[in-house]
Amino acid sequence: MTKLDAKIPEGALADKWTKYRSSVSLVNPANKRSLEIIVVGSGLAGASAAASLAELGYKVKVFCFQDSPRRAHSIAAQGGINAAKNYQNDGDSVFRLFYDTIKGGDYRAREANVHRLAEVSGSIIDQCVAQGVPFAREYGGLLSNRSFGGTQVQRTFYAAGQTGQQLLLGAYSSLQRQVGMGNVKMYTRHEMLDVVTIDGKARGIIARDSVTGALERHFGHAVLLCTGGYGNVFYLSTNAMGSNVTAAWKAHKKGAFFANPCYTQIHPTCIPVSGDHQSKLTLMSESLRNDGRIWVPKKENDTRKANEIPEDERDYYLERRYPAFGNLVPRDIASRAAKERCDAGFGVGSSKMAVYLDYAAAIIRYGKGEANKNNMHNPSDEEIQAMGKAVVKEKYGNLFDMYKQITGEDPYEVPMRIYPAVHYTMGGLWVDYNLMTTVPGLYALGEANFSDHGANRLGASALMQGLADGYFVIPYTIGAYLAAEIRTPSMSTDSEDFVAAEKAVRDRLETLMNIKGNKPVDYFHKRLGKIMWDECGMARSAEGLKASIKEIQALQKEFWSDVKIPGEIDNLNPELEKAGRVADFLELGELMCIDALDRDESCGGHFRTEFQTEDGEALRDDEKYAYVAAWEYEKQSSFKLHKEELKYENIKIAQRSYK
Amino acid sequence: MEGNLNLTLKIWRQKNASVAGKFETYQVSGISTDMSFLEMIDVLNNRLIEEGDDPVAFDHDCREGICGMCSMYINGRPHGPNRGVTTCQLHMRSFQDGETITVEPWRASAFPVIKDLVVNRSAFDRIIAAGGFVSINTGNAQDANSLPIPKEDADDAFAAAACIGCGACVAACKNASAMLFTSAKISQLALLPQGKVEAAKRAEAMVAQMDEEGFGACSNTGACEAECPKGISLENIARMNREYFSATFSSK
Repeated sequence: MTKLDAKIPEGALADKWTKYRSSVSLVNPANKRSLEIIVVGSGLAGASAAASLAELGYKVKVFCFQDSPRRAHSIAAQGGINAAKNYQNDGDSVFRLFYDTIKGGDYRAREANVHRLAEVSGSIIDQCVAQGVPFAREYGGLLSNRSFGGTQVQRTFYAAGQTGQQLLLGAYSSLQRQVGMGNVKMYTRHEMLDVVTIDGKARGIIARDSVTGALERHFGHAVLLCTGGYGNVFYLSTNAMGSNVTAAWKAHKKGAFFANPCYTQIHPTCIPVSGDHQSKLTLMSESLRNDGRIWVPKKENDTRKANEIPEDERDYYLERRYPAFGNLVPRDIASRAAKERCDAGFGVGSSKMAVYLDYAAAIIRYGKGEANKNNMHNPSDEEIQAMGKAVVKEKYGNLFDMYKQITGEDPYEVPMRIYPAVHYTMGGLWVDYNLMTTVPGLYALGEANFSDHGANRLGASALMQGLADGYFVIPYTIGAYLAAEIRTPSMSTDSEDFVAAEKAVRDRLETLMNIKGNKPVDYFHKRLGKIMWDECGMARSAEGLKASIKEIQALQKEFWSDVKIPGEIDNLNPELEKAGRVADFLELGELMCIDALDRDESCGGHFRTEFQTEDGEALRDDEKYAYVAAWEYEKQSSFKLHKEELKYENIKIAQRSYK
Repeated sequence: MEGNLNLTLKIWRQKNASVAGKFETYQVSGISTDMSFLEMIDVLNNRLIEEGDDPVAFDHDCREGICGMCSMYINGRPHGPNRGVTTCQLHMRSFQDGETITVEPWRASAFPVIKDLVVNRSAFDRIIAAGGFVSINTGNAQDANSLPIPKEDADDAFAAAACIGCGACVAACKNASAMLFTSAKISQLALLPQGKVEAAKRAEAMVAQMDEEGFGACSNTGACEAECPKGISLENIARMNREYFSATFSSK
């Protein structure tokens, strides 16, 4: 049995990273030039890692399935990025960011990793500003901050509702600079379909050129998976259509343990489902909870329009239940609270599966503020409305526009209807302190790994983690491995292992093409999504999970006998690409249910109905479940559990309270 | 049947770059006004698959208007009839029952067709690689607040940086010019002190790459601005021209 060694450095928490950086092995510049690194994925983690490693002198190859590295789904992140800068003088510190993140994660994240994340958070903002990322600024010319859920300080940096876009374009510009200099070779419209291991170490990948269908073998002294999360296992999620688990799942089948797969984040503020045609869900940024107030009618089954319901007949249930944090409770709590109200019959809209996010009060507050600033003593209601709407537009304009385009309703005039949707996955490949998986030489960065967010991620922390891993962690930690690889020459991709890996990939693609069944890929994906959402979504039970595992196994069989893939294997074939991804989701979904069933407690995004407090909060069991569940792939439908015990030496573990 | 729109679609089909393409006509029915344009194409594609035909290939990913991957020239306009909207955010309530909708790929020699509605936009990546960056290595940065930047400059830089690189500007332009795309990046960085150091070199290098890729010249028609889903302003082209001419006058 493999013993999980997280390789956490000795010493006091606050000194670990500093000491580590000063003692980790280095690779001299001449040797870096002959070491090759493969980076799969070009989002925040991948682009920042690839650019930083190329700047150091390594030879880097980057792969992405989109037509340009700038399309990676990090681009869609809206609200912001956290950093412990304390620019607002409101009591922030590295320790507080660390503490909030551990607590927000419901005490299921690894202390040392999270502290390191908080330590490097400030440098990320510095780096991005230096690249020309246009963060929001105050009139004095300095950076602006806003609040996010689960914190009581303002530490979130932002660029309107397009923070992810601006950060990714910053990382992309650094990446393209290295491409232009010849230090990075970029492979767009390429999908990684397997990891190649030789003598137990990751030595390369097999990739498919989506345009020609050709399979390619690529060698690397190390392979970095920066391939994002697996929320699309639910079919409907806020992820991009192409977001998938395939790279991580192939790594898993080659020996990388998959940690905490059942920890998924259901985001409370998304645009509700409008019909069966729906292909994806759209997030309305958490930053909207800064100013918006969430409510439902106090009366059950109230059919009046929102604007016709008087103030005293509205239930601002988050403010009622959680007065200390109000509308800014963490996501898991806000989501469950919305579900609770809708299930109890207080939901709104035609489906009754929605709650209101209301900007009326914020518009008036901002309007009055503007009137004061402009020295207007008796502004009319119209003037207040107009000025207030202008302020809201500057802060959230793109989000309001998007809401209007999707729903056909104007959120400046009527409250938005929102409902929780799958957004992020805290689980992922198990990594040690160096971000290395259980396969030597194979790393996982960003959302693809499991390490920093425990059972629930706080808002504005995903961008922080992706960039921390890429800019400031991997450039150091990869030295610990590569320093011992300087004598390994570049390997020929004609070796037996490469040839065998390519053949296995080809066989699988041909098998898929030859099923020639009756149903399109989407049919299976939708059915899997429904099982996952109903039984492994916001509320889970042992009974439901057990039944789901059987259902998913049956669905796997049906998929492999009845899927219909049109087109050719050696041409652009989006259906073939989708089929490969859905086949992997079908296996992952099973593991997620197995993991959720194993964890007889509720924590963060994992809510087992059997384990809750009297007032419906998650009931953790720290005696039995304060561990990371790392699953080893044995064979089809068979996974072995390894446990990494979580030790809290710097934080007193307690029941989370946001009251 | 979720809705009541019945539509005729004339869609460009082309197997790959080396063979000629042509329009094919398809009927779709029962389309809901709440569907996005791409979800309507999904409905068509799933039917084509069930009937044993090759579905229509098109680029798309985030489906929330920010990744810039979707394209489609709809009824003679990039991203369709609405202003400030990408194809993925275009909803079927913008169309009438019984309408005929023509769908083509971006047409520009610098964007060769890969298949059906999918084109190759890697020329944009090469323009950025030529100079669309600040030359700063990771770890060199000073404290983010050590350099105050007037809010107006930051806001203008942000407005230029909002470009999603979709290529609608090129598709809309009768000359297939990439001036709006290129100028947006040049402007963003020229407006900020971080980008000023290399401003002259950047303008020269990016314009040279743009020309090399085979994009056309600008004749100030303004179709690019009108069709840009992110409202990138023509002012950026004026700013780029200033940067470019002052760079070439002073270049050594």
